[in-house]
Amino acid sequence: MSERVAVRKTYKLFIGGKFPRSESGRSYLVQDSNVSLASRKDARDAVVAARAAVQGWAGATAYNRGQILYRVAEMLEGRREQFVALGVPADEVDAATDRWVWYAGWSDKLPQVYGGANPVAGPYFNLSTPEPTGVVAVVAPEAPALLGLVSVIAPAMVTGNTVVVAASPSAPLAAVTLAEVLATSDLPGGVVNILTGHLTETVPTLASHLDVNAIDLTGVTDADLAAELEVGAAQNLKRVLRPAPADHDWFADPGITRMTTLLETKTVWHPKGV
Amino acid sequence: MFEYAPAPESRSVVDIKPTYGLFIDGRFVDPSDGGSLKSINPASEEVLAEVAEGGPADVDHAVRAARTAYEQVWGPMPGRDRAKYLFRIARIIQERSRELAVLESLDNGKPIKEARDVDLPLVAAHFFYYAGWADKLAYAGFGRPPTSQHSGPDPQPLGVAAQVIPWNFPLLMLAWKIAPALAAGNTVVLKPAETTPLTALLFAEICQQADLPAGVVNIVTGAGETGRALVEHPGVDKVAFTGSTEVGRAIARAVAGTRKKLTLELGGKAANIVFDDAPVDQAVEGIVNGIFFNQGHVCCAGSRLLVQESVADQVLESLKRRMARLRVGDPLDKNTDIGAINSAAQLARIRELSDAGSAEGAQRWSPPCELPERGFWFAPTIFTGVTQAHRIAREEIFGPVLSVLTFRTPAEAVEKANNTPYGLSAGIWTDKGSRILWTADRLRAGVVWANTFNKFDPTSPFGGYKESGYGREGGRHGLEAYLNV
Repeated sequence: MSERVAVRKTYKLFIGGKFPRSESGRSYLVQDSNVSLASRKDARDAVVAARAAVQGWAGATAYNRGQILYRVAEMLEGRREQFVALGVPADEVDAATDRWVWYAGWSDKLPQVYGGANPVAGPYFNLSTPEPTGVVAVVAPEAPALLGLVSVIAPAMVTGNTVVVAASPSAPLAAVTLAEVLATSDLPGGVVNILTGHLTETVPTLASHLDVNAIDLTGVTDADLAAELEVGAAQNLKRVLRPAPADHDWFADPGITRMTTLLETKTVWHPKGV
Repeated sequence: MFEYAPAPESRSVVDIKPTYGLFIDGRFVDPSDGGSLKSINPASEEVLAEVAEGGPADVDHAVRAARTAYEQVWGPMPGRDRAKYLFRIARIIQERSRELAVLESLDNGKPIKEARDVDLPLVAAHFFYYAGWADKLAYAGFGRPPTSQHSGPDPQPLGVAAQVIPWNFPLLMLAWKIAPALAAGNTVVLKPAETTPLTALLFAEICQQADLPAGVVNIVTGAGETGRALVEHPGVDKVAFTGSTEVGRAIARAVAGTRKKLTLELGGKAANIVFDDAPVDQAVEGIVNGIFFNQGHVCCAGSRLLVQESVADQVLESLKRRMARLRVGDPLDKNTDIGAINSAAQLARIRELSDAGSAEGAQRWSPPCELPERGFWFAPTIFTGVTQAHRIAREEIFGPVLSVLTFRTPAEAVEKANNTPYGLSAGIWTDKGSRILWTADRLRAGVVWANTFNKFDPTSPFGGYKESGYGREGGRHGLEAYLNV
């Protein structure tokens, strides 16, 4: 009896809820695997998918979004060993799972914490409500590959934004495996789209894309590239989250700034009277 | 039209000096490397005063003064004491509000009744509101700071704020910038608009009168280059700008790659949507207020009227009748509804876009209206037969010019309202509550006025979606721009 030959996995992009190869047909060798090398066209396709998903995701109830994020945590917990086998430390997988749970609960609380009635000096009803800004491009941190990725995706999408994320170029397997988690969590296609490959290839396209509303530069370590991307983002006045400091502690309490920077506040006035 | 006897507000309450220096480190100083510019009364073209034009060395001087004040005085000061200075300023503004209102009207061209009844009360209220926040920042609801930036249990100020403001509401925009910045513990260098520097300079005197520590507020007058030097100065930690989207973009590029926190309040092209069940008389008042308030020099002006086709004729007839009763003329006359256009340059811009409206095929209408011979004037104007492709439906005119479009269904109204790169404000007129909420949910705009328009309050956040900028002014949201949260 010969030993069973294992079935290997092909690691591909995650766009619009599907797993396509790069339209360029290219891949690169990393973590002993051939991983799709996303092109500028893939980045644009991902934005199209993300835009198409905005109305449904932003329009879903906060309760429903929270349920789906919690489902992501359940799925992630179930694949704990798979991430460990990819080289993600067990405590990082646990922290990433707990972070999904933490953000899941924010979906129907942030609008209360961050919005509310304003006591204007006159006979008016006046209410401020946070709303998603739309499509958010995210550069995930190089490391930690899973916790860093979860810590930038979840705060962007829990409030109703859709996301195009450029995964860690040196450790993309955790990102592609996370895509499998997302694909089995009732998350509508296009809400999260994951690109693997070189940041210099995809991110400038996202930064200057006129149908992207915000960009999170967290994972950009090259200061010149970060400045160049911010200049690109200025063209349509994207909301910008600047790069995280090198010593950022991903295990610490993340605060709410990541969520609030990617929100718009809408204030509605109406007179009171009989 | 009824004839009213002239009812001019006296300008003797204001003592305008022939020349003004820069207000740096608590004193008025001559510019070291800048020139000067003249501020004129747009209603008469008379020169009101000569003001300094700050150069790069002056800006540097002001930023260093603000830095020293931040590190040695204002930063370490307990919030309750910062609050008391802000309360003092609010009180002095109330006490001197007639003087400030007349000066604002003279320098800007806005009707005295608006400066007196809208601008000044809001300015004082804004300082009162933020004064109370100065010792309550930990309660402002921003949560705990991320651990790696953690420097204490309370939100911390940013440092020196560079603030550049426009000419449409000179003193109100100053209040929106300075009050939250100071409450949060920052010091400021503010550049007023080139054409309307005088109330900011009077505000500098108020700071002296309040014994505000030197260097906490610095006022550097000048034009675009002065503003650029301020925004690009490496010593500032925060940039806040209100003005055009074009300049906002340039500022966003200028601060790229720096640690400067940026908030922008930019242009708009608001839709004012009138549904077929709206009370017509109220809606017409709202339309008039939306586009003719402050000569239409309002970033959140309701400059696109979207009226449901079935009531379009009725609304337009009523609107024209109302417009024929608007009084255009001397801003200091208490009966005046529409004052002077702020500058020759702005008047040229309004004329250029209005001519484009006619050239592109829209129908222009203005009531018979006698305009003064001297000064800058533009009659209230509406365009009908406007399509979404017309420049007057897409570009911000920033003048008393309304573009009228029609729609058939609520979905079409929303589609047209959102068909713009801007997203500052919007209006909804209908008697049906559920329709208001349905529509408000779908409008991509930061402020939605339902059955009202152009209402402002210091507790109520104001700011835009999309290319109308980011960040909010007013309310506790307004503190976020000046804290390390």
